[in-house]
Amino acid sequence: MKTTHNSFRTGPDERGHFGIFGGRYVAETLMPLILDLEKAYNEAKADPAFQKELDHLLEHYAGRPSPLYYADRLTKKLGGAKIYLKRDELNHTGSHKINNVLGQVLMARRMGKTRVIAETGAGQHGVATATACALFDIPCVVFMGSVDVERQAPNVFRMKMLGAEVRPVTAGSSTLKDAMNEALRDWVATCENTFYCIGTVAGPHPYPAMVRDFQCVIGNETREQMMKAEGRLPDTLVACIGGGSNAMGLFHPFLDDPGVRIVGVEAAGHGIETGQHAASLTGGRPGVLHGNRTYLLQDGEGQITEAHSISAGLDYPGIGPEHSWLKENGRVEYVSATDDEALEAFALLCKLEGIIPALESSHALAHVMKFAPTLPKDNLLVMNLSGRGDKDVPQVAARMGMKAES
Amino acid sequence: MSRITRRFAQLKSDKRAGLVAYISAGDPNAEVSYEILKGLPAAGADLIELGMPFTDPMADGPAIQLAGQRALKAGMTVDKTFDMVRRFRQEAGDNDTPVLLMGYYNLVYQRGPERFCKEAAAAGVDGFILVDLPPEEADELKPFAEAHGLDTVLLTAPTTDDKRLPAVLKYSAGFVYFVSVLGITGTKSATEDAVRTHVERIKRHTDLPVGVGFGIRTPEQAAAVARHADAAVVGTAIVERVKAGLDEQGNPTPGLVPGVFAYIRTLAEGVRGVRKV
Repeated sequence: MKTTHNSFRTGPDERGHFGIFGGRYVAETLMPLILDLEKAYNEAKADPAFQKELDHLLEHYAGRPSPLYYADRLTKKLGGAKIYLKRDELNHTGSHKINNVLGQVLMARRMGKTRVIAETGAGQHGVATATACALFDIPCVVFMGSVDVERQAPNVFRMKMLGAEVRPVTAGSSTLKDAMNEALRDWVATCENTFYCIGTVAGPHPYPAMVRDFQCVIGNETREQMMKAEGRLPDTLVACIGGGSNAMGLFHPFLDDPGVRIVGVEAAGHGIETGQHAASLTGGRPGVLHGNRTYLLQDGEGQITEAHSISAGLDYPGIGPEHSWLKENGRVEYVSATDDEALEAFALLCKLEGIIPALESSHALAHVMKFAPTLPKDNLLVMNLSGRGDKDVPQVAARMGMKAES
Repeated sequence: MSRITRRFAQLKSDKRAGLVAYISAGDPNAEVSYEILKGLPAAGADLIELGMPFTDPMADGPAIQLAGQRALKAGMTVDKTFDMVRRFRQEAGDNDTPVLLMGYYNLVYQRGPERFCKEAAAAGVDGFILVDLPPEEADELKPFAEAHGLDTVLLTAPTTDDKRLPAVLKYSAGFVYFVSVLGITGTKSATEDAVRTHVERIKRHTDLPVGVGFGIRTPEQAAAVARHADAAVVGTAIVERVKAGLDEQGNPTPGLVPGVFAYIRTLAEGVRGVRKV
């Protein structure tokens, strides 16, 4: 761990590196565009009018701030830490993804781009992007692995209703990484008029930093809300991690508060030991993919291996580079939860609190179920409830041997 | 002087442009792929790009994606790619035709740039074209490549403007590769006018030879590029000839290798038909 005079919040450096992670590993065709975006984003950050418009949209369109809800029954059931849920599932479109998308679509408009593309796994980022594009009247194309198109059918329909074109991707494993490959392939051909709206804190610089900044509204609100509720900062933060944007949004504003213990939960799929998982920090090693150096699931040669998770949003063999850096310097602990544990957590929150969580967020809850009972009752724990689970109902029903409509 | 530099000097004294032929190493399997590699110079290839198959080839179109998948399925590895080049130098005895490895940086990074360069050079490789290693990140490879006498060929694109071009050229050695269209491999083709304009622009900044690729499929297109550039690079269309030589089960037919060579001969005729001043 770094000494106290060093901040964990100053990254990346001017070349987009967090330690050895991050960077700009993209085809030359895209490099000038990435540099333009970096310049435009730096200007936007310094422009009060940009922030004002974003704040307005977050409040009046997305419905922020999201509540910080004390989950009394869950707390009593687990019998340890006092559990608060950061209710980002209550945002318009049902997840934290809208925070980032509103920022990026404003960037697209500011840069004069006339078309937006996005990749999506669970469909939450795709729905959020389609939504913002409808609002700003910008044509939108969403790339989605054909396996995910199948398992997240409600979100596919939603995107189409919102006027987006959904392009199923059949290359590779037909999931999130392949959707990202295909979005990059589209972008290389269309970069003159197209803005690529990346859904997580990954990709070439400046995306990991930009998406993080847009998501930090989660942690900034949590800070204020917890001060108001308890008169002090939380002791423990827990969030699920695929690419890691909801976690980074919650964690980043607290990185320099040494009293706050921070835990990220990866998807262990069928179990880390089976090799069928999506836990790149736990089961992977550093490599270069999708424009950045970060922990990746790969074989000895560097061929990318297929991730597995019941949650389409976590089914990605990489992770945002800043998480890789926070793992190596020890500021954040990274653990994992299996498909079965997530399903159990999903069911528990439905029954105890009347909240249907996304399967992604259910991974965070699965760890809370293990972790909270080991903590004292005055430990203030915040879990990011990053998405709602309506989209997952058919899939969970199938797992339970029921049909969603019966 | 590197093999690549020697070859371009030779082409210049022959008053013609060169043909750069791309194949995916191990497509459809290591043995047939070696047969193709071995025969490329006789079919008219002046330089060879050997693609290293990768699971996530983000800058490639469907044809080269599928070629990589065929190779990986058949068990292709980086070591076997080095072996192909070693056999090409030793068994086939070709000590003049430059061979460049083309692909994505993660395969280099996993082995470690220093070890990768050392092993590549020992096998008889002459340089690299790494799609996702722009000048901003090239420092992690360049010193090791130089130490082992390997040329790093960087890509320029229509989006690389005059301000940025010097940064790209600073890291490029052997030649510089102009990606003539916005897009992935094997999709669009550039007009001859666009190729001429961009090549002239690049040549105002450098004495390095300029190779032009993406979208060249016919002898006429190859000739059009040869009128302005120092080399025409053909990849997708060659890889499609490999695929055309597979039977329904994906096994190579006896016509595969001759089919590839016949096609390359037509491209070479196109390129060699252009007399340079």
